[in-house]
Amino acid sequence: MLPPTRGPDIGVPVPALPPEALAAEAARPAGERQADAAQEGGPQVGADEWVARRAQRHEYLPSWLGSAQRAAERVGWWPRLAIAGLAGVVLPLFGLGGFQLQVGIDSLVIALLAVGLNIVVGWTGMLDLGYVAFFGFGAYAFALLSSAQVGSHGIHLPSLLSIPIVIIATGILGLLVGLPSRRLIGDYLAIVTLFFGEAFVEFTNNVAPGVLGGPNGIVGIDTVHAFGHQISSNEGYYYLLVVLLVATMAVLRLLDTSRTGRAWRAVREDPLAAGSMTVPVDRVKLMAFAFGAAVAGLAGTIFAAQQISVFPTDFDTPILIVVYAALVLGGAGSIAGAATGALLVYVIYDGLLRSPTYSGYMFYGLILLTLLARLRPWRRLALVLAGTVAFGFVAHAVAQAISHTWVAGAPQSTGSVGAALRDWVIVPANAQTPGKFGFVLLVCLLIALVQVKGIWRTVLLVPTLYVASFTWETVLIANPSVTRQLMIGAILIVMMNARPQGLLGTRRVEVPT
Amino acid sequence: MTTEPAQPPSGEQPGQDAQPTPVADGPVLSLSKMSLSFGGLRALTELDLAVNDCEIVSMIGPNGAGKTTVFNVITGVYRPSSGDVRFAGHAIAGHPPHTIAQLGIARTFQTLRLFMNMSVLENVMAATYGHTRATPVESILRLPWARREEREARALAEEVLSFFGQRLAGYRWDQPAYSLSYANRRRLEIARALATKPRVLLLDEPAAGMNPAETHEITELIGRLRDERRLAILVIEHDMHVVAGCSDRVVALDHGVKIAEGGFDEVANHPAVVEAYMGRDPEALAESG
Repeated sequence: MLPPTRGPDIGVPVPALPPEALAAEAARPAGERQADAAQEGGPQVGADEWVARRAQRHEYLPSWLGSAQRAAERVGWWPRLAIAGLAGVVLPLFGLGGFQLQVGIDSLVIALLAVGLNIVVGWTGMLDLGYVAFFGFGAYAFALLSSAQVGSHGIHLPSLLSIPIVIIATGILGLLVGLPSRRLIGDYLAIVTLFFGEAFVEFTNNVAPGVLGGPNGIVGIDTVHAFGHQISSNEGYYYLLVVLLVATMAVLRLLDTSRTGRAWRAVREDPLAAGSMTVPVDRVKLMAFAFGAAVAGLAGTIFAAQQISVFPTDFDTPILIVVYAALVLGGAGSIAGAATGALLVYVIYDGLLRSPTYSGYMFYGLILLTLLARLRPWRRLALVLAGTVAFGFVAHAVAQAISHTWVAGAPQSTGSVGAALRDWVIVPANAQTPGKFGFVLLVCLLIALVQVKGIWRTVLLVPTLYVASFTWETVLIANPSVTRQLMIGAILIVMMNARPQGLLGTRRVEVPT
Repeated sequence: MTTEPAQPPSGEQPGQDAQPTPVADGPVLSLSKMSLSFGGLRALTELDLAVNDCEIVSMIGPNGAGKTTVFNVITGVYRPSSGDVRFAGHAIAGHPPHTIAQLGIARTFQTLRLFMNMSVLENVMAATYGHTRATPVESILRLPWARREEREARALAEEVLSFFGQRLAGYRWDQPAYSLSYANRRRLEIARALATKPRVLLLDEPAAGMNPAETHEITELIGRLRDERRLAILVIEHDMHVVAGCSDRVVALDHGVKIAEGGFDEVANHPAVVEAYMGRDPEALAESG
């Protein structure tokens, strides 16, 4: 089907394909074309081909995980979205408790924020650190339009009217913030938008306390009501958010595969080249700001309606960190990645890490997985694991021999983990102070660990693991608010080493300009 | 492009949507008395340059002569300090780059500036932004005209890619641009520039880093661009085989000043050009001293 071609070393230009051959070529799926080229020996253009294949192989995980990945890729994007949406709808039928449902609702809100932020950060490549302000603006705008806050009787707009109004208003705010920011690049954009985000918190805290409520926020917000129905239960909000998230992802997918999406990504890759290729860079950046803000506005309306109240602290830096962690972990530039990352990060952050049992599983699981993934050869892995186990029992026995009070305490982990560790980890009767020293020692050991090389690193790994476990069982587990921040940080570090593009992101090359 | 009927030139400035009205005669691209200074540094001095339809003009000169700067002024990256840049009779100096590209001047870059993490096809389709119209909302709704426009953009992209034959053949279209070899990246840059539907093509060292066979191929390709696609082409090139092989006219630059213009042999043997490249002949120096 392809005309015979000459090899690469002949200095004669290869003739252009005739139109009919071209059409036939285009009609066939990419995989088939590629397989063909390989079978027939195709146009052997050498190194080029090899690099492409190699890069593609690297995209996949090893062994059966890779096969699963390939199988998942054969299912198109749309069926995958439908399956994910169905899974979200089916999940509550297994009986989620009140707490689980609340975590689900919050993580869906974060997922909405992450897919919106993905437009600005993942596609257009602008580091917008003031994104949460749009979320807050949406929430406050909805609160003002659906409460007794304004005027003597307040405004109580129907949701079908107020939600679109808020989305459009937030989009316009995004445009206004984008106008002065569109020419700022890199660090400057990041710091200016960060100021904007903080300014929003200060604004709601201090300006017009009669209307915005100052630190006391706005309470008594109407629930979402449309078509004569009122959503008052958490189940209702959960389903509403699942539908909205799936719809937003679908809209963004359609946008991504259109000329606008290509222009956004072209601006991220190289603004100068994009301009020279007829892309109006400034206008395209403004569009990204507006669309990103509009999605955040939508998330804000549902958040306000579900919480029935909004406070300035709801829109402060911690939520920005969570949304960015979600986007980075899931894979910036991928809609599915942003959503998956958000659900994972928030469920871990607010769901699992609050419970000592689950956070214990997370902690030890993360350590084991890291060792499994990074320690090679296998002999060394076996040595380190065996060494750590032996070290623990010996240390425990020695401590017990010296004084009984040294091992009088019990590990804070409950269940099977706690039972397994009972004779292994040293927990003194009064564990708080030794635990704090243990934490300092752990930090020192970690610093030493990254400084030394070769055999010493392997040797040092054993006490480091033991002290980590000691610190966990004595102090860390008892302070979940600190621990979960540390854990999210640790997960991100592991992710950066294992898969820098994020869970569902595609590998990107950085081009020095 | 040249087959368009000549319309009476309208008085309006070439704006976002205005198509250039071809002037029957005269060069399609002309610079007159154009100067550019960065502070005290004169990068270009009173430069006159004209490119006609279906003509290949080569620009040569030692490093730092200001060749790429000329491209940057034409494409709107820099605004000239004085003088005039005209495209099809319209003054274009001071317009933003995307407007100039939309009017019909496309370029490639000396240091490759592809959209590395986009697929080969997407690279080319991104360059159709200027002559497609669907708004984001129309694209989301996939309205009939938005779909048609998208089909046309894709067809155009496939057509310009097929101009390179097997080099950028179909199985590569879905691969990311970074997976291409150096020579294919240069080809993709040209394909991307063609997708803006240009009338004038500016090529910045298209043969840089290519082996002799590939250099020969690119020389023929530049000729084909003129003959088959009726483009006016301005080429910056250091490889004299390419310059000799494809140029209708050669312009030599040194320190931002045009020092010679004419046929290849004429310019190559011009004393000022020889001096710019080689320095003054030491024997002649000794005699005159």
